[in-house]
Amino acid sequence: MPDPAVAAPADGPVRRSFGRLRLVFLFAALAVLPYLLSYSQQEIAVLLVINVLLVSSYRLLTLTGEWSLGHVVIMGVGAYASALLAKRLGVPVPLSLLIGGCMAAGTAAILSFPLFRMKGFYFLIGSFAAGEIIRLIWKRFTDPFGGPKGLKRIDAFPDIDTGFLSIDFYEPVNYYFLALVVVSASLFVLYRIERSRIGLTFHAIHWQDRLAESVGVDTFRYRTLAFVIASFFAGIAGGLYAHYVGAVNPTRFSVDQMVYVLVWAIVGGTATFHGPILGVVVLTVINEMVLRGLGLDTARPLIYGAILILSVLYLPDGLESLGPRLRAWLQRRRGGPAAAGGEAA
Amino acid sequence: MDLLWQTAINAMYAASYMALIAVGLVMIFGVMGVINFAHGELYMAGAYCVVFLYAQEKFPFLLSVAGGLIFVGIVGLLMERALFRPLRKNPLGGLIASIGFLLILQTLAVFGFGRRMGHVPPSTHGKIEIFGAILTYQRLFVIVVAILLLAALWTFLKRSKFGWALRACAQDAEAASLQGISMNQTARIAMFIGAALAGVAGALTAPLVSPTPYIGHSIIVTAFIIIIVGGIGSLEGAVIAAVLYAFVHTFVTTFFDGVIANIVGLALMLAVLVVRPTGLFGAKERA
Repeated sequence: MPDPAVAAPADGPVRRSFGRLRLVFLFAALAVLPYLLSYSQQEIAVLLVINVLLVSSYRLLTLTGEWSLGHVVIMGVGAYASALLAKRLGVPVPLSLLIGGCMAAGTAAILSFPLFRMKGFYFLIGSFAAGEIIRLIWKRFTDPFGGPKGLKRIDAFPDIDTGFLSIDFYEPVNYYFLALVVVSASLFVLYRIERSRIGLTFHAIHWQDRLAESVGVDTFRYRTLAFVIASFFAGIAGGLYAHYVGAVNPTRFSVDQMVYVLVWAIVGGTATFHGPILGVVVLTVINEMVLRGLGLDTARPLIYGAILILSVLYLPDGLESLGPRLRAWLQRRRGGPAAAGGEAA
Repeated sequence: MDLLWQTAINAMYAASYMALIAVGLVMIFGVMGVINFAHGELYMAGAYCVVFLYAQEKFPFLLSVAGGLIFVGIVGLLMERALFRPLRKNPLGGLIASIGFLLILQTLAVFGFGRRMGHVPPSTHGKIEIFGAILTYQRLFVIVVAILLLAALWTFLKRSKFGWALRACAQDAEAASLQGISMNQTARIAMFIGAALAGVAGALTAPLVSPTPYIGHSIIVTAFIIIIVGGIGSLEGAVIAAVLYAFVHTFVTTFFDGVIANIVGLALMLAVLVVRPTGLFGAKERA
């Protein structure tokens, strides 16, 4: 990486190998995880992995400073496209997933013409309107979208059977690993994009769009690029969802679901790559372990709403800011002027 | 011809309650700079006040509507104090906090009244005929009250000292506070009125719509369309756009179907956003 701004803090050789070691441990833990869970918890783990991709792709869009309310609908475009391709045209499933992602990206490319004439509130509401239109089209046109009931019996991933090795993707464990591979690869790409020149430009557009324009950055094109890339991965997440659950309907991609994505991203914090992932994991665990355990299922929206409000009021930088804050607090308690100066950020 | 005239009468009814909702939303935005996403749920809260006071506890209808107005106004004050005041520097944060509040109100309604439609018996059964078109008293009542309330609001805003302060804050909050206008006091009044208007719209229409805890969704979509088409900071624009949208929506619903009408409304809003983001009646500098 020639870019000094990106490489500066984290890239000592020691730090880097430490980071790699952490990654190895993380993957080892993720590989063991499903065997420690019950069947229904395995199913939740699959959805969690898919949601990680959804919220991470959403973060790429927020890098340019725009908050969309249509991201879940874009995910739905991928889901519907992949499902219809497999069901109606007999396209093999892994391929249909990829085409679904491309359809979601294409939809975003078309939508960017009206939407990126707006900023801020206007973009938020515009993306909401565009998403609702797409959703109403699914609802209204029974052929081919299946109307309010949506599509059912969507083809699953084909089994792999090579004599000595056979994998049945109806099993949540197997689908978990499949999703894990796809999502990890996608996250890697998203991470590289953010650390590339393009990603830096996204940041520049967020904080200083006039300045970026004045040095020759075409902000419209870069905003569109962020939107298209984010939508592609949202579409992939949608396809993964459709072929796992086997059914999609317009309600599944309604604005209520979008609220959950917002909550994950905001509670986790969008300043770093891992923030939204942290948000979705922590909230899903709270939701499944605590709320379901206590039988508080009906109260779920209330608790999510309260968490959202509290984090906007008291933790505006998200859960990710807890670590550094805690460290700073500990150092302050230990005193010592050198320590206090060390981790100011 | 009869159908056209009847549809126009229906559209007038729709326009009257939509105008109440949209004007409330614009008032909140004007003074606080926050889009209140929970506005649809304030409407829902007003409707459930009537479900509770009128349908369950058998209070008179008018009293129940007044109860809804005051209750939802107080909910508005609560929102101002708990959410929008601490987040005044952060309008996007205010919007997101209002989404959180929306979820809370929805869940409370589910706890209190269940998920199913609340049934409210009509308060009168009478109807009048206007050149062959039928207008029930229930709907006429909504139209009359909406016009009275909006007229009262207009006089209040143009004549009273509070009204001047309110408009001053909407134009330039800093300059207004330099003139000795209390920002907090003004925000409270605006929030009370804005929320109460949504609440009274819900209360008035409760016998006509069968409220559910999730009714706020379609209301907020409608309100967004109206305030965008009318220009996001303009009260007059909101009223005119409410009439315009009500006519378009009612006619398309009658001659095609409801889903198509929603698509047309949203497409109208997108078109306005693209061509003229300040809305048809908005001030230029709000771009």
